[in-house]
Amino acid sequence: MDSTFGIIFSALFVSNIVLSQFLGLCSFLGVSKNLRNALGMSAAVAFVMIMASTISWFLYNWFLVPYNLGYLKIIVFILAIAALVQFLEMFMKKEMPSIHKAMGVFLPLITTNCAIMGISLINVQKEYSLFNATVNAISTAAGYTIALVVFSCIRERLEDSKLPASMENLPIALITASCMAISLMGLAGMH
Amino acid sequence: MFSEFSKGIIKENPLFVQVLGVCPALATTTSLANALGMGAAFSLVLIFSNLTISVLKSVIPDQIRIPCYIVVIASLVTIAEMLMNALVPDIYAALGIFIPLIVVNCIILGRAEAFASKYGLWASIQDALGMGLGFTLALSFVAAIREILGNGTLLGFPVLGSSYQPILLMLMPPGAFITMGFLFAGVNYLKRRKEVRHG
Repeated sequence: MDSTFGIIFSALFVSNIVLSQFLGLCSFLGVSKNLRNALGMSAAVAFVMIMASTISWFLYNWFLVPYNLGYLKIIVFILAIAALVQFLEMFMKKEMPSIHKAMGVFLPLITTNCAIMGISLINVQKEYSLFNATVNAISTAAGYTIALVVFSCIRERLEDSKLPASMENLPIALITASCMAISLMGLAGMH
Repeated sequence: MFSEFSKGIIKENPLFVQVLGVCPALATTTSLANALGMGAAFSLVLIFSNLTISVLKSVIPDQIRIPCYIVVIASLVTIAEMLMNALVPDIYAALGIFIPLIVVNCIILGRAEAFASKYGLWASIQDALGMGLGFTLALSFVAAIREILGNGTLLGFPVLGSSYQPILLMLMPPGAFITMGFLFAGVNYLKRRKEVRHG
């Protein structure tokens, strides 16, 4: 059993969801071209991630485990996440139009964001308590935000620099991500 | 006749040309054996999802087709997970949550939406075989580079001799990003050269 502090520190830096576990890369590479989009996406991911991990924790521990249906977790989790995202979108459109405007375009993409599903599965796999599962989701979302915001700032600068034509966009983005991953490796073993 | 099959291997390669499925391509390519395991599980799910959806396309109502596809894919992923766990437990343990995460892989849902829901059974199976093989070959290519440089071996057999000092970084997350970065740069270079040639 990991300590709560260990969970926070490793989710923020050491095993960062994007830079060390390779989850949520599509959105990481796709919306990181400017800071504004990066913030919108981070907010949407954080919101859905925290809700989805709580819901999937209850579904797994209250329904699947008592009836010995653990093997159904993939189907149950993906349907729960898809329904949650759909519901959130309808709710926000009606009740909070300003927030919907800021992060609405990112919401439909989140169903297939592997970071969300990944956190639900990791919580189950590590048998976290509800408290630790929620802490894990919150700090993972924070780790995702840190990585995405820093990365988008670097990419805004890269726009102005002269690169070999073949390295533009995706290749240089991946190599930038590699440098960021190396810097996080310096913290390895600290949790 | 086999054009639906062959397009997935180079011309429309899911990883290098369509840039889909980047997460598993970075995470599961620490050794060639892992990449082959991932490719096999992925291809299995893709073939049966294309097959099922192509057969059921006239029954599935248009408005709720995406949830229907997701249920089909999730059931197949559950089967693939159980098969991997039973047949190749070592690779299953190494791949970890990336087997269940095939369910959110954009290639599979993409093929269901773009191909299997429009074309017949035979064409859909060909398409799935081609895309599955193309993705497996792409994963194996990345994994071979990382395993040779990072460990000096290929499928566990030493290939670079005992004097080789392995670059451990290649097996760690930064090595995955660097390898993919340079491979995508290579793909861009080839694309640009082709454009120049054809005017």
